[in-house]
Amino acid sequence: MKVDRRSFLSFVIGGAAGTALSPLPWKLIDDSSIWSQMWPWTPVPPDGEVVYEDSTCSLCPGGCGISVRKVDNRAVKIEGKKGHPVNDGGICILGLSGLQLLYGPTRIKTPMKRIGERGEGKWRKISWDEATVILTEKLTDIRNRGEAHTVAAIAESDSGTVPALLQRFMTAYGSPNFIRTSSQVDADELAVKTLFGATGRAGFDLENADYVLSFGAGLVDGWGSPVRMFRAGSLWKEKNVAVVQVEPRLSNSAAKATRWVPINPGTEADLALGIAAVLVSQNMVDTGGVSGFGSWKSDLLSNYPTQKVSQTTGVAADVIVDLAKGFAKADRPLALCGRGKGLVAGSLRETAAVYALNALAGNINRTGGMWAVPESDYIQWPKAATDKLASAGLRQPRIDGAGAGRYADSRYLPNRLADGVNGEGPYPLQVLLVAGANPCHDLPDSKNVRAAFARIPFIVSFSSFNDETSAMADLLLPDHVYLERYEDVPVGAGLARQVIGLSRPVVSAQFNTRHLGETVIAAARAMGGSIADAFPWPDYETCLEETLGEKWDTLMETGVWVENDIDPVADTVRLAGMDAPAIQAEGDVDRFPLLLVPYDSIRISGGTIGDPPFMIKTVADTVIKGKDGFVEVNPQTASAAGLTEGDMATLSTPRGEVRVRIHLFEGIKPGVAAMARGLGHTAYDGYLAEKGVNVNELIGPVEDPSSGHDAAWGIRAKLAKA
Amino acid sequence: MSTLDDKAKGVMDDDAAHAEGGEDTGAGGFIILFFIIGFAASMVLGWVVFPQFLYSQKQQPFSFNHALHVGEVGDGCESCHFFREDGSFSGIPKLAQCTECHEEPMGETEDEAIFVEQYVTRDREVPWLSYSRQPDCVFFSHVAHVVGAKMDCVTCHGHIGESESSRPYEYNRVTGYSRDIWGKNIAGFKRNSWDRMKMDDCAQCHKEAGIIHTSSVQTERDACFVCHK
Repeated sequence: MKVDRRSFLSFVIGGAAGTALSPLPWKLIDDSSIWSQMWPWTPVPPDGEVVYEDSTCSLCPGGCGISVRKVDNRAVKIEGKKGHPVNDGGICILGLSGLQLLYGPTRIKTPMKRIGERGEGKWRKISWDEATVILTEKLTDIRNRGEAHTVAAIAESDSGTVPALLQRFMTAYGSPNFIRTSSQVDADELAVKTLFGATGRAGFDLENADYVLSFGAGLVDGWGSPVRMFRAGSLWKEKNVAVVQVEPRLSNSAAKATRWVPINPGTEADLALGIAAVLVSQNMVDTGGVSGFGSWKSDLLSNYPTQKVSQTTGVAADVIVDLAKGFAKADRPLALCGRGKGLVAGSLRETAAVYALNALAGNINRTGGMWAVPESDYIQWPKAATDKLASAGLRQPRIDGAGAGRYADSRYLPNRLADGVNGEGPYPLQVLLVAGANPCHDLPDSKNVRAAFARIPFIVSFSSFNDETSAMADLLLPDHVYLERYEDVPVGAGLARQVIGLSRPVVSAQFNTRHLGETVIAAARAMGGSIADAFPWPDYETCLEETLGEKWDTLMETGVWVENDIDPVADTVRLAGMDAPAIQAEGDVDRFPLLLVPYDSIRISGGTIGDPPFMIKTVADTVIKGKDGFVEVNPQTASAAGLTEGDMATLSTPRGEVRVRIHLFEGIKPGVAAMARGLGHTAYDGYLAEKGVNVNELIGPVEDPSSGHDAAWGIRAKLAKA
Repeated sequence: MSTLDDKAKGVMDDDAAHAEGGEDTGAGGFIILFFIIGFAASMVLGWVVFPQFLYSQKQQPFSFNHALHVGEVGDGCESCHFFREDGSFSGIPKLAQCTECHEEPMGETEDEAIFVEQYVTRDREVPWLSYSRQPDCVFFSHVAHVVGAKMDCVTCHGHIGESESSRPYEYNRVTGYSRDIWGKNIAGFKRNSWDRMKMDDCAQCHKEAGIIHTSSVQTERDACFVCHK
């Protein structure tokens, strides 16, 4: 038998016929189509029981209620809680992206001790017991040497039980150095104290206002409680409320306003006082609720004639008069301040001037007006007893100088921390505890901050994330993230009522992290003596429940406690605090002809939390492109420097120099350059790290002469072709 | 001319001689034989060998006796495979449901011991392999069929409720899905309504029952997105 060509072909044909009559080809076609429609690597949401868990978002000070959709035990979506007094179902882009913080790769998963060089990223995993021993031995050792005051703690907030526990720990331990990170809250508290003579904060009944005059407040860029502001913005549109945005740059808030008034950067206080002068001179003021009007009036009229104000601010005289008339004619006009999201404290002069406008309109403590809201007072713990070592430590001056001498009017001065550590302070700092703050990225003049951190021998970070500050730490004691923990969330953020939200664990702790409250209580108990005595609670949950008292049941039931009936701290406004000189931008005009101002965007998280991946993807490619950050300039400014759209340029200021791309923008004054705040991270994940420029590398703090708060609104700068 | 003609004739004769030559008799038979060999081999490959290669087997974490459980519970299948308040179907029970009865070992079988030791005491979900899981592109509502159309579980799932042990889980190596979707029969033939659960089977049942939805204006049938979300 010889297999020839014909036999072979016959075999092949027979094979083909047989194959066609077998299921092989047809089944493979079907299977490959199923396979290609459902690539095994495509993520598929889990199937299971769907439940919603309510909690409170604490990623920003806004205090929104959230409803987290879960499938079995996996949180799959965060929604705004319907009917919540702050956000009523709405949610912002950061709140929406919260699950990427919970499940993302940037979590610190267990307590760790540094074993490599600082910042090298070499860590050894340790147990919580070992971590507590390392921390308490270090602290006890320092305290026994009588140097308790050389320990400092920096936190994002000073209200609520968790910051209060940390503050209490510092007091019982014997350090005066509890520092709250900087924000508009600093200037707001000081302005309320100055104008109303009592401690409290300003609240704004925005929903009922009929004329809104914003001095740079990013109404839809994240100012106050962002979702509440979006809703207020929609309401104003519906009711045809005039919204005037005074700002050097055409921000989203300016674009959404009914009128944009471009102004020379940093001269908002002058405009507010100029408007006040017009109101006074034209007898359009209601002086019923103000005191000290007589002497204030004469100073005002002599210092702020409209022509002079027009020259300072760059706003035409007739516009100033027009704004004054609009403000005076309205029934419930509201003036607001705090640049962008209000991340910088700002000056007392500016804040007081803007608040004074509300007072002169007679719009204090009434519907549609500005309210002097008392601080929430539900934390009523007995004073922590201090032993001899603690008392001695507490008598020492603060490292940042706040509360004494020329800084007597301030409570915290984080902007002075770096200088304090770098040799200007009364003593060297030995330990820094960092809770819910990221000073290595967020404090102005990053170079100086880095130098300061290098000098502190021992840094403890409680951060849940691999941020810039935890990268510089020696000991990592990671806190649960907000979706894993119980916590009270008292909301300020310009609300004209008192609101406390309850953060509840939506999912169980995903990693070997521990609630900061537990860590503080455990450390205090381990240290024994009067420190342990100051913490009588067995655990944080007991502390929270006992502290909230009768509010606890309401909070457990509805997730939020609201007091609408505000008892204002005072009704009369004493006109004061507006005499200080204007805050100038740092730098020499000849060497640095431009003004650089940072701006805030709702798409870029400006606080402690860095942008999660979802959020950074929404940032336009005129803000960051690849790794490059942009600076916005007017085409005139660019052409003078020989630059066009997308060009690489060197932007230098007295504090630093960076390479940026140019974005031409007609909505910015010639001579001004603007850069987004919140970028240029070096830590976090590949989605965020190394993208854009951290504006804090370029801007240093400028002290408010009235308080020492950081009042920097910009810095002088120079742009050259790279 | 003649030379050419001779040559041509010679070639023709040669051809004829070749065709009639003794050594080539029966060549047609060989051709048919090779055809049959090829045909038979590919048929064996396609019908017998291919299914062996296409599917792989896994064992369930431990054997489950449906018959025993159905006898113990009061509400038939729905005692464990129930509908949640929102109408969604619970599917394979979670550990929490099992431990309502099985906090302690019940009975002395080896499977019970595995269940309690490996899963109950360690609080781990049992990684059951679902025979009936449809591909991810398929949206199927149990409530519409069981509660709405009052269909019996057996219609689609067969007599699994009477099984005394868990059969091996067979899955397709290409798609990763259970063999039960295509059905045991590689040709796709079925004898019972539960033998296969491909889209044609959905369509067949809907057609037989006269349930033709008209959510698609174009086709006057159900739109693709009713089932393919």
